[in-house]
Amino acid sequence: MIEFRGVTKQFPDGTVAVAGVDIVMPPHKTTVLVGSSGSGKTTLLRMINRMVDPTSGQVLIDGADVATVDPVRLRRGIGYVMQNSGLLPHRKVVDNIATVPLLRGTSKAEARAHALELLDTVGLDRSLADRYPSQLSGGQQQRVGVARGLAVDPNILLMDEPFGAVDPIVRAELQQELLRLQGELGKTVVFVTHDIDEAFLLGDQVVIMQQGGKISQAASPTEILANPADDFVADFVGANRGKRALHLAQVDGRSVVVDADGRPAGILAQ
Amino acid sequence: MNLFLDALAWLFDPAQWSGSGSIPQRIGEHVWISLVVLLIASAIALPVGAIIGHSGRGREVAIRVSGGLRALPTLGVLTLFGLWIGIGLSAPILALVILAIPPLLAGAYAGFESVDRHTIDAARAVGMRESQIVGKVELPLGMPILVGGIRSATLQIIATATLAAFIADAGLGRFIFEGLKIRDYGEMLGGSILVIILALVVDGCFAVTQRLVVPAGVRAARSPELRSAPARPRAVVGHAINEGNQ
Repeated sequence: MIEFRGVTKQFPDGTVAVAGVDIVMPPHKTTVLVGSSGSGKTTLLRMINRMVDPTSGQVLIDGADVATVDPVRLRRGIGYVMQNSGLLPHRKVVDNIATVPLLRGTSKAEARAHALELLDTVGLDRSLADRYPSQLSGGQQQRVGVARGLAVDPNILLMDEPFGAVDPIVRAELQQELLRLQGELGKTVVFVTHDIDEAFLLGDQVVIMQQGGKISQAASPTEILANPADDFVADFVGANRGKRALHLAQVDGRSVVVDADGRPAGILAQ
Repeated sequence: MNLFLDALAWLFDPAQWSGSGSIPQRIGEHVWISLVVLLIASAIALPVGAIIGHSGRGREVAIRVSGGLRALPTLGVLTLFGLWIGIGLSAPILALVILAIPPLLAGAYAGFESVDRHTIDAARAVGMRESQIVGKVELPLGMPILVGGIRSATLQIIATATLAAFIADAGLGRFIFEGLKIRDYGEMLGGSILVIILALVVDGCFAVTQRLVVPAGVRAARSPELRSAPARPRAVVGHAINEGNQ
């Protein structure tokens, strides 16, 4: 479990990235932080592995304040996946995945063998192991990034807009893959995105953030749609328009679900 | 043309190739002085450049100091040190170290700085210590530019080490100064040719090294099968060799 208690982050230039945030991220669930740029969602994520230290307040993992843990040790125990993969360009795929286990002192043979298994886990062919990151497609690189994040079998997996830089088709594929993985592994995932559809698809809990680093609402997708906390949330999730504002139309005795623009979205199951 | 023939005659005169003050001995001295200077200057400039490139701090100061050092006329510095320290190798070595520091410093910080911030951030986020980021990420990725700096510095040292002969009995500069004194222009030109050949040979070695230190993964990114001649941006380090003609 990850818990933020009254966490504020003000950068030296005076910008307040996160303002008095209280939030609990339940274990073995996916929490998605969503908001436009400048809402402090990435800063919030990076406070979990101390890439950013809060100005005030506490971040706790299973009840222990992260500020009391050596940052390097902390980071080696937490999976981290970032946009554009962040792989080391001069190391082969297998060595990139084995990076953290090797830092923790696992033997080279063991780390490599485990890295190959992780390629299977993320749905990549083992023949890619000896390639360099630049020789892979964007989607493949992201999968390697996920494999690296999983390499030490961490309880927590932080994902900072991991699918932000791939095309929509690959993105949809990676999202499904993540859902499958999460079904098998049950990690505590914290996922940052600016895409509300992605947030609703992946999140057990969705945290909607607004400018100035405040939380507007933290709830399940269903709850957010049913009871948006305020106009900002309603507007952000698009509850009153487009493909989310659905109504029923009767066609030849069947109920057709139609969106706000009159486009059919599906048939109501009887 | 006559002068050139004189130079060739001097170069191939067997008398120049053995005994005290022979060509092989002078080449040996020249290489030795250059090596000592390179090692001392590297020991000072490379760690400082690495720290600047890694932290991003002190860059402005480094640029100003390098600029200042570059503006110093080496012959003037050498004369000053010669008067201060006296005849011998210490003064020229010191003067050459000052000459070599700017390109080494520039190569080191440009190399470390050239590494994608995104990659470094990722390395830190997965749990690398700062020293591991320097050694395992920034050094290998910045190596080609770093070697470029060493290459530029080495050429300047070799060219300018001729000045060592101004106040010490050492190096290929002996032939130039001696030729000037006794108006043997064949010897003077012959000595110059030897310096040029030495510089070209060493530069060739560095050119090969610079290619070899490009990490395989980076090289793979630069030349996928379809692009045979990738436009690769190169950092410009160092400056043109214009020493020794004051």
